[in-house]
Amino acid sequence: MSAAIALPCDVKPHPITGMYNGKFGVWLFLASEVMLFGALFSTYIFLRVANPEWKHGWELGLNVPLATLNTAILIGSSVTVVMAWYHLQLNKFDVAKRYLLITIGLALGFMVVKYFEYTAKFNHGIYPKSNLFFSIYFTMTGLHGLHVLGGVVVFAYLVGPGSRMWLTHPEKYTNRIECTGLYWHFVDLVWIFLFPSLYLL
Amino acid sequence: MHFANAEEARKHHALYWKIFFALIVLTGVTVAVAQVHIPSMLIAVAVAMFVALIKGGLVVSFFMHLTEERKSLFAVLLLTIFFFGVLMSVPILTHQDSVGTVTQKFQPFHGPDHGDGHGAGEAKAGH
Repeated sequence: MSAAIALPCDVKPHPITGMYNGKFGVWLFLASEVMLFGALFSTYIFLRVANPEWKHGWELGLNVPLATLNTAILIGSSVTVVMAWYHLQLNKFDVAKRYLLITIGLALGFMVVKYFEYTAKFNHGIYPKSNLFFSIYFTMTGLHGLHVLGGVVVFAYLVGPGSRMWLTHPEKYTNRIECTGLYWHFVDLVWIFLFPSLYLL
Repeated sequence: MHFANAEEARKHHALYWKIFFALIVLTGVTVAVAQVHIPSMLIAVAVAMFVALIKGGLVVSFFMHLTEERKSLFAVLLLTIFFFGVLMSVPILTHQDSVGTVTQKFQPFHGPDHGDGHGAGEAKAGH
């Protein structure tokens, strides 16, 4: 039972979709993620429109400079993933690995900043149950933070034990980085909308 | 997506860094605009979302290289965009909706309001 079953179109493009199955699968997953975050954004708009006296995030003590820093960190991590994938296509695994390690570092940096933001709120006695705004704030940024952590786990696997695939199936490994990159850019995309919605408006 | 030759690869390398700097500049624009007091909340939201849409468009088009993908993917994504639009319009439709809201005009079992400052329902309840 040790013989591996080859999955169809895991490297070569599928004749109908025009891309390898893994990439099409990730795009479908991201479509479902759009609806997940969309439901939360929709709830936020609903509650906000119903409450004309709703205050801005910064008026309620959200730290705009830290959130701006986090935006720059995530954008930076997006470009490092692209760079990793780009260098894999040029067969420069060591450079790609360095970029992936920087990506993990930036993602962890994002979570450290988030930790400081959350603890500052907890120290002031602010929790998700405190009011409507903070229940939305903690839910949306918390779910986004879980996505960041999920990305870190996958990148850590691909840099660590998963990197052995580069020696046997370099094209397949490059595709895995591309798929994880697509997910990572989506996480960046969500933050691009979360940042102005929660902190600035 | 795979690069055809070294020249094409070099062009993409430069493009990715240009997009990165554009995103950083647009983040600065988002924060700067928020410092300006815009009296209309609607305009403030429109400006912030417009900048966010440009940033999102850059990420999806170039980092996720959607511009170079096959058309079959667009069918899936158009469906997603349509239902995302439906989802976003739900709060607006809910606020516009008057079905189930009892208005004076449609109170079938209560008499007319005689202008005494009390609604017809309240007047009836007082008897």
